[in-house]
Amino acid sequence: MRKAAFFIGERGRGWFCAVLVGLTALLLASVTFAVTLGSVDIHPRTVWGIALSRLPFFGEWVQPDWSKAAETIIWEIRLPRVLLGALVGAGLSVVGAAIQALVRNSLADPYILGVSSGASVGAASVMLFGAFGLYGQYALSVGAFTGSLGALLLVFFLSRLGGQNATVRLLMAGIAVSAVLSAATSLLVFSSPQEHGIQAVLFWMTGSLAGAKWEFLALPAAAVTAGLAFLLTRYRSLNAMLMGEETARTLGVHVERFRKGLLVITALLTGVMVAISGAIGFVGLMMPHIVRIVVGSDHRRVLPVCALLGAVFLVWADVIARLAFAPQELPIGIVTALCGGPFFLWLMRRSSYSFGGDGR
Amino acid sequence: MNVTAQDLSVTLDKKAVLHDVGLQVRTGELVGLIGPNGSGKSTLLKSIYRVLKPDAGLISLDGDDLYRLSPQQAARRMAVVRQESSMEVDFTVAEIVMMGRFPHKRCWEADTSEDQRICEEALSRVGMQAFAQRSYLSLSGGEKQRVLIARALAQQAKLLVLDEPTNHLDIRCQLHMLDLLKTLRVTVLAALHDLNLAAMYCDRLYVIREGRIVTSGTPEKVFTPELIREVFGVEADVMIHPRTGKPHIFFMSERTADGRQSGSRLA
Repeated sequence: MRKAAFFIGERGRGWFCAVLVGLTALLLASVTFAVTLGSVDIHPRTVWGIALSRLPFFGEWVQPDWSKAAETIIWEIRLPRVLLGALVGAGLSVVGAAIQALVRNSLADPYILGVSSGASVGAASVMLFGAFGLYGQYALSVGAFTGSLGALLLVFFLSRLGGQNATVRLLMAGIAVSAVLSAATSLLVFSSPQEHGIQAVLFWMTGSLAGAKWEFLALPAAAVTAGLAFLLTRYRSLNAMLMGEETARTLGVHVERFRKGLLVITALLTGVMVAISGAIGFVGLMMPHIVRIVVGSDHRRVLPVCALLGAVFLVWADVIARLAFAPQELPIGIVTALCGGPFFLWLMRRSSYSFGGDGR
Repeated sequence: MNVTAQDLSVTLDKKAVLHDVGLQVRTGELVGLIGPNGSGKSTLLKSIYRVLKPDAGLISLDGDDLYRLSPQQAARRMAVVRQESSMEVDFTVAEIVMMGRFPHKRCWEADTSEDQRICEEALSRVGMQAFAQRSYLSLSGGEKQRVLIARALAQQAKLLVLDEPTNHLDIRCQLHMLDLLKTLRVTVLAALHDLNLAAMYCDRLYVIREGRIVTSGTPEKVFTPELIREVFGVEADVMIHPRTGKPHIFFMSERTADGRQSGSRLA
């Protein structure tokens, strides 16, 4: 019996499984419910009917008893949007957890290395000056992704210049590049003659899932799945990195290689998500902290729980963004920040959660 | 595990920190490295545990060039206990010890019951088995050090390198920690600050000053008033302690040396 006691405690395996199963059920329920909500009320059974009727095998078993209009609303508009919300929420939370381990800083988020500010420059030049016009409906995503890649390369290049302590240099390069690119976006907005475009840019910068279409889902779905799989196989290295770079090295982590791989993968993943949904803030910062309170710091547990919880959170944040001032839509970033700010204040007051440093 | 370092030189920011340093640790020995602050102790240990690659020289573990091993291969042979800097997030003690299995694991492998058994045994060897589910950050300094030693034991390395392991510990914890090292039956190389503890526990000592090894040998041979004056700049008497049979060092400042201090205070 003593053997079992080594791992089964309050953060034990049973608790972890319960959390996983509970969150998966919650995610399914949230997605279903989020799709029913909107200007046209639709029964949850219809949602499942329409979704199943599109699947190759189940489709034959479903009797369509819904209107064509309902099918269009569900299939063409609401479902891709809700699914995109789930994907982006999952992706940002997972990247947030990985980045916090990589730079060993609990205040780091997926945008800390300038990815979102680079994307903003790209998106602003598309919306205000019609850059990347030849990509048609993909222009915005292509512009944003190009911008985030550019920012990332710049951060890489700058952080390689001289000196020791790679992590600190990386953070400082990220902050500097972010500041410069944010200023560049503001300059673009400021110098633009068109009122409408300016509002579109501001809306995009706070993040929105309004542009969701099935065509846009495949890439983020593949990216999030691949990214999560990669990180899960490296959970031991992520844990070791949290002990500090030098300790990780003495434990046998190939620190330089791991850091480079992790940077590239998290940055690409963030770039893909930002390109489609804009820079939705606070999710990537907040979710890892909540998850660590629930299941502890071991990344084997943190990563999957982060993905599920982030997905649930963003699905609901988007519901609020859609409905709070319907028919007017709020940028989703406003919702996540309104939830995130008070949450952080609460976290700060909680004494049992060590929030940076050696707090007890 | 035999460790040999030959002609190590390290230059940091154009300043030479180690000059042609040589050192040897033989299987089963507890070897201490002593020297004043800034003498190069930590630099020497860091090049041995591969955090700081020396500019010249060769370090070998049982005849294999250390810097030709992969990080995982090296970690299977050598475990390191450092003074941990502050941690951002908390782990349980069991999770920390499990990290010691890293060098034995491929990335898709799960933790087996064998890994758990090894970790449990490591914890019980340092007397911390009851703490497996405790939060690491809630432990005292001495308990934290013991957990880190358990993690090193879980690595199943033949060589243990300790960088000032007893710093920040109270005297009881320091003795406990060194007693523990003696009973583990592994080869140990440790940088130590306290000369009397070094004299009590080490089989052999290397004395380093300004990046050069000044002398080496058994504590009895190394600790003389002349050497302590030369290396540490302090007057001292050295006596053999009647109960331990080990040299014991009494430090004297210029004021205490002739017993005048108490007199002047009375006057």
